[in-house]
Amino acid sequence: MFPADLKYTKDHEWLKPAGDGTALVGITHYAQDALGDVVFVDLPEAGAAFGQGEEFGTVESVKTVSELNMPSAGEVLEVNATLADHPEAVNEDPYGKGWMVKIKLTGALAGDLLDATAYQALVSAESH
Amino acid sequence: MSTSATELMKTPLNAAHRALSAKMVDFGGWDMPVQYPAGILAEHEAVRTKAGLFDVSHMGEIRVKGPGALALVEHMTPNAVSKLAIGQVHYTAFLYENGTFVDDLLVYREGEQEFLLVVNAGNSDKDFAWVQQQAKGYDCTVVNESPATGQIALQGPLSVSILQPLTKTPLEPIGYYFFTHGEVAGIKCLISRTGYTGEDGFELYCAAGDTEKLWNAVLAAGKPIGLIPAGLGCRNTLRLECKMALYGHEIDDTIHALEAGLGWIVKLDKGDFVGRDALLAAKAAPAPRKLVGFKTLEKRDIARDHMPVVQGGKQIGFVTSAAPSPTCGINLGLAYVPTDLAKIGGRIQIEIRGRAVDAEIIPTPFYKRTK
Repeated sequence: MFPADLKYTKDHEWLKPAGDGTALVGITHYAQDALGDVVFVDLPEAGAAFGQGEEFGTVESVKTVSELNMPSAGEVLEVNATLADHPEAVNEDPYGKGWMVKIKLTGALAGDLLDATAYQALVSAESH
Repeated sequence: MSTSATELMKTPLNAAHRALSAKMVDFGGWDMPVQYPAGILAEHEAVRTKAGLFDVSHMGEIRVKGPGALALVEHMTPNAVSKLAIGQVHYTAFLYENGTFVDDLLVYREGEQEFLLVVNAGNSDKDFAWVQQQAKGYDCTVVNESPATGQIALQGPLSVSILQPLTKTPLEPIGYYFFTHGEVAGIKCLISRTGYTGEDGFELYCAAGDTEKLWNAVLAAGKPIGLIPAGLGCRNTLRLECKMALYGHEIDDTIHALEAGLGWIVKLDKGDFVGRDALLAAKAAPAPRKLVGFKTLEKRDIARDHMPVVQGGKQIGFVTSAAPSPTCGINLGLAYVPTDLAKIGGRIQIEIRGRAVDAEIIPTPFYKRTK
């Protein structure tokens, strides 16, 4: 449910560093499950820059909407254009086809991101 | 998600929902399934095209019986109760003297002087107290049957095909908004051809202790042809597409029956009832606001419940309910707007997270079944 090679935020985004100063960003399995069927993902334009924790988009499900916050400061290199027609990919494959933006990290990776074990603990605490 | 489930009220189907891996939420103090693993979209689609099964045991049931029952129900509700045949149901409301809503409800005529009133779960205690208070001076008994009653709703075009093999009661002759008593899967039920989804279907009332057996029997009977359990999430999108009111949204104690577009349940010529004077006065004056249906124009603009309707930076109205519509494929909603703006084709603006977005007023209901 929570791959070990990802970093996580307390508000349920994940970040996958590629090792070349870029990273993919999406929302976790726990987040997509809480949202239910995703029907629209509002993403920024390539070139937009965001600080850590800044809102970079929204994800809308049938019943609710959630803000997307940037896990670590960066500039958007690419957005996942397939989500425009297939928002359900966020539910079906949150760590794969459901990725949202590819960013170029600004400076070092944020130090307060959680590893999979710490995130799992956070989620367990929230669900009980 | 951190809510303690132990403090919530449970229907007789609570364990059944958990066994089906439902996602449970606090719904007005009740621990209820918002969706099952299929998800809201699939459940919505099943009800529109095949069938879905809902637990609605949280609804409240109040029985009014005795020589003064008809007079009491006529007095407390605006619809024409004396016109109901025995075995007929209608939609109506409890109104305050100022014409605003205590609650909306169904009235079942069980006999010349016997009525079953089915009210919203969240208002059940308030409603029971209200009926008791209104009943002073009327020769009848008022009994809260809610804790002893279970209710499930089978909704969708395949409802008759699913239910008929489980009962000797001929279902096809039961008209829309009529009911009868019979056995389903060997369980005594009130079988009502009603619902809150805009589809054909039945609401089955039974003894609380029989609910799980009934639920399992109906689910098993329908499963081979596509019946799935359906949660409150799709119940909301289904009713919204049909412009069916939800207490706390389209109607509450600040909105009166005429502005809510519910003039059809208000029979001003039937004689006196609670709220009549206020509604007569409201009818004589121009209505300041009206409930309209709208769609936002951009796919990304999804309005939600309670968002403001704005004009030139000022709030002029509010959204009551809104969501992306699974059946219509557009983002729609209902809103109260000033009457001069309430024209089909007219434009309004909704404030979504600080941004004023365009919406067009469109005809309602948004969805109507073809047969």
